[in-house]
Amino acid sequence: MTLEDVLAAIDGKAISTGIDLSTSVAMSCGADLMSDVLTFTHAGTLLLTGLTNPQVIRTAEMAGIQAVVFVRGKYPPPETIALAEEEGIPLLASRYTMYETCGRLYQAGLPSCGLFELASKTWLEAFGEEAGQQDRRGP
Amino acid sequence: MRRPASRTGAAHDGVQGSHGGSAVSEMPAELTRVQELVYELKIAQIMTRDVITVTPDCAIRDLKELLRVKRISGVPVLQDGALVGMISIENVIRALEKGELDATVGDKMTRQVQSVYADDSVVSAVRLFARLGYGRFPVVDSERHLAGILTKGDIVRGLLHQMEVQWHTEEIHRYRASHIFEDIESDQTGLILRYFVRPHDFVHGGEASSKIKRALERLGAHPRVVRRVAVATYEAETNVMIHTYGGEIIAEVRPERMRLTVVDSGPGIDDIERAMQPGYSTAPDWIRELGFGAGMGLNNIKACADEMKLNSEVGVGTRLELIFALQ
Repeated sequence: MTLEDVLAAIDGKAISTGIDLSTSVAMSCGADLMSDVLTFTHAGTLLLTGLTNPQVIRTAEMAGIQAVVFVRGKYPPPETIALAEEEGIPLLASRYTMYETCGRLYQAGLPSCGLFELASKTWLEAFGEEAGQQDRRGP
Repeated sequence: MRRPASRTGAAHDGVQGSHGGSAVSEMPAELTRVQELVYELKIAQIMTRDVITVTPDCAIRDLKELLRVKRISGVPVLQDGALVGMISIENVIRALEKGELDATVGDKMTRQVQSVYADDSVVSAVRLFARLGYGRFPVVDSERHLAGILTKGDIVRGLLHQMEVQWHTEEIHRYRASHIFEDIESDQTGLILRYFVRPHDFVHGGEASSKIKRALERLGAHPRVVRRVAVATYEAETNVMIHTYGGEIIAEVRPERMRLTVVDSGPGIDDIERAMQPGYSTAPDWIRELGFGAGMGLNNIKACADEMKLNSEVGVGTRLELIFALQ
């Protein structure tokens, strides 16, 4: 799915100027916890978040996030926009809540990042049954 | 343009103008890069934009002073904003010889003006300089309004500047630091990168990780490995930032593997086993509001690294050692 398709699905706006809307994203992750972004994403992910501090961009850079959508109509401060520009990470905006933004994209066909070993392990410990099919794209 | 506004070069150049033989027209044929550039560059990119002009009713006496003070050798003549002629130091000298200092620019100027277009490539101007031997050409836009002035000095400066810019860009794009492992001979070559991490500095937090990530990319490591190293380093860096009095990150890179050592100067972890439990965190609320401190960091580091050693002593500090296979 291209960023243009993403904007159409969430009725969103581009925050960064001069971004390439034909850039494609393979999957998406919705998180307000940067620790989750670092643990439960793969390279090429579209990140949906309600946090707007510059560490979101640092996190995105480290995790190989393709683009960031700020949900709930939030607009990032200048230092966040500046860092994103420096790192070449496109920023988009959605007026919808996290749930609705996720829902719209999922419905439009953008998949999740799948299941993770770390989460499956916790699940196994808690419920003592197989976590189901491992769907891990990354290493 | 990024060159100095001083036009002293233009004056020097203009005096020699009629002698022909300039640096540009005598450039050796093997300078293919320069030839390419001469075709690529537009006159607008290298011309001088702040043009000093005179009107036809200006006295030669005043023009002489203007040329002397501004250290230029010729100016375009404008009437009601339209280019009507060019007047140079040669015209002034001829007027001086005849004792005609009170004549006007309009009487003495060259009316057959050869101008060049701003969006033409530099090569057209180079040809004109060689053919006509003038010291300068007025530059006009598509509506024939004066847009600037072009001297041979402008061309030489413009080419040198552009070559420098291209050289830098190429160096950044093409240079792969991985050569150092082949170029430098030793029984075991390694690269040691050391970064200091300041406590509670969320403005610069993550810069060390960012630099290590970039270094690995330049060293030619596989993108998947780079991502694992970047995530683990960033988790460790934020831990130092959040929980400690400061510390440092040392990356020791060898062709086949790298070791990342993260040490801090306290306060230390009293129960490592508990700290390793998913979800256990001692992070304060303000850290959680920034999206960190969920108690997953150490687990994620362990998942990313090929080997992990964590030692800590309360009151002394913590040492985290990670090994990543690079091949």
